[in-house]
Amino acid sequence: MLEARDLTISYNDRVAVSNVTLSLEAGEITALVGPNGAGKSTLLRSLNGQVARTSGEALLDGQPIEKYNRRTIGRRVAVVAQEAELRFPVTVLEFVLGGRFAWGPNSGWGWETETDLRVAAEVLAETELMELSGRLMNELSGGERQRAVLARALATEASFLLLDEPTANLDLSHQATLLALVRNRCDKRQASALVVTHDLNLAAQFADRILLMRDGKVVRLGKPEEVLTPQLLNEVFGVEVLVDAHPISGAPRVTPIRRN
Amino acid sequence: MTAALSNPIALRHNRVTLRKTVVSCALLALALLLAVILLSLVGSEQLPVGSSLCALLSLGTTPCGLSQDQFDILFQIRLPRILLAAAVGGSLATAGASYQALLRNPLAEPYLLGISNGAAVGTMVALVFFGANEWSRPVLAFAGSLLATFAVYRLARGRAGATPERLILAGVIVTTFLSSAIVFVTTLMDATRIRSFTFWLLGDLSGTSKTLLPVTISIAVIGAIALTLNARSLNLLMLGERDAFDLGVEVGRVRIVVFVVASLLVGSSVAASGSVGYVGLVVPHLARLSLGSDNRISIPAAALGGAVFVIVADTIARTIIAPRELPVGAITALIGAPLFIYLLKRG
Repeated sequence: MLEARDLTISYNDRVAVSNVTLSLEAGEITALVGPNGAGKSTLLRSLNGQVARTSGEALLDGQPIEKYNRRTIGRRVAVVAQEAELRFPVTVLEFVLGGRFAWGPNSGWGWETETDLRVAAEVLAETELMELSGRLMNELSGGERQRAVLARALATEASFLLLDEPTANLDLSHQATLLALVRNRCDKRQASALVVTHDLNLAAQFADRILLMRDGKVVRLGKPEEVLTPQLLNEVFGVEVLVDAHPISGAPRVTPIRRN
Repeated sequence: MTAALSNPIALRHNRVTLRKTVVSCALLALALLLAVILLSLVGSEQLPVGSSLCALLSLGTTPCGLSQDQFDILFQIRLPRILLAAAVGGSLATAGASYQALLRNPLAEPYLLGISNGAAVGTMVALVFFGANEWSRPVLAFAGSLLATFAVYRLARGRAGATPERLILAGVIVTTFLSSAIVFVTTLMDATRIRSFTFWLLGDLSGTSKTLLPVTISIAVIGAIALTLNARSLNLLMLGERDAFDLGVEVGRVRIVVFVVASLLVGSSVAASGSVGYVGLVVPHLARLSLGSDNRISIPAAALGGAVFVIVADTIARTIIAPRELPVGAITALIGAPLFIYLLKRG
């Protein structure tokens, strides 16, 4: 179980996250939405111990996250972020095997085991990158590269996936593919995912729950139809929106109303 | 998903394995051994080849018909110099490869970042103030390179992290600053020593110290092993500090280990031979080009390759205008500078 309890994070008097309580349930995808600067990424980063808490608690299996060493956290919590620019030629396979580091010996030295290779083969097949495994990361398209980043996170076999705007810069089909892979992992392995996104409609489609944040505070946490209401969205984003039901899925659909 | 495609065996070809590493390093070690033996026969004084080889292979226990003078040239002058060249080359190339991975920058190099200059200032301070004590040189050189390393690292870190260009600029600033410190210390020396110091600053392997040679070699070997043991962490750091952290790397610990060990390698090399530039750029680049970016293979390969590279460069330096000598740094820069421009242009 990965959870935040009354979590507050502040940097030099500026409160980035304020009294947030959230737990990631097995098999569930939680979308984290809100305006820029709402504290979404800070909250996400605090859940893998990268951002230190000011008060409250970030708990992994009931223990404060900072009590664990990095290797243990690396096996339990995986992060997918906008990847940094690669300055060295690395093959897709080498990149994905990076996800197995935390399973290696404590010294940090060693070679990948048969298990590591088997897991890498599984996630490469899952993300349809097997045929590209010998290619260099720099040679891939943006969509393929982001799939490789997800493949690396899946290769950690972590039960908690933290995704920080994983679909930004991706086209419609790659967005759908990526989120389907996350959904699949949550369904089949009872993993849980926290996804920071700006795309409210995408959040409504794939998420079981949505956490709406503003100024570091939780505005509402609930099912998509409970959170994505015209009143709340107007209040948080300052934009008038129309919310209707998606004709096929029935999920809420958000459209900004043009003001004349 | 077909069975063939998900077969892990099929993946083996796309990565560096223990076997590939051992084979490559064994070949490079053989090349190093050959370089040590064969290039010790080359020099302004012609030595009989057969007798010299015999004496070398007997590890100096029998003269094999060499005259006392010839024997001394081989064992007191050439061999120590070649072993020093190997230690310096190995140290600088290993340090370069590790800085590059840690700083995520293919252009990072001890000489270009001003770290060698830091060690040079330390060495000169030792010579001026503790001239009698040989041990003060590597110790102060280490302190100097460590300080320079942290200075460059702090200067290069902007809000958006360190870009390659920013790091090189930080290196230029540190280099310039330390150069003026070197000029200042030089003025404290007497005129007769200044010339030999200028030569030494450009990288000079002729002044082998009997006491320090085993130390320089030991540091090179231990340092290369210590950095190789962190190679898997460096593989992830090469992709980004945050990614490495997320994937389980103790980033802070690895950074300290690399900074300290690499500074030790640079410090001991500079104390022994001045600033031999570009070795840390040329050799790791060639290692990655031929063997891939995995540091588990590129760091030990760079260590062995660097040793060969500097032995060859120094052989050129001491023979091309014999009986006079060039500083070995002039030869390595001649090879390294064009490569640097190429890498910079390629981006």
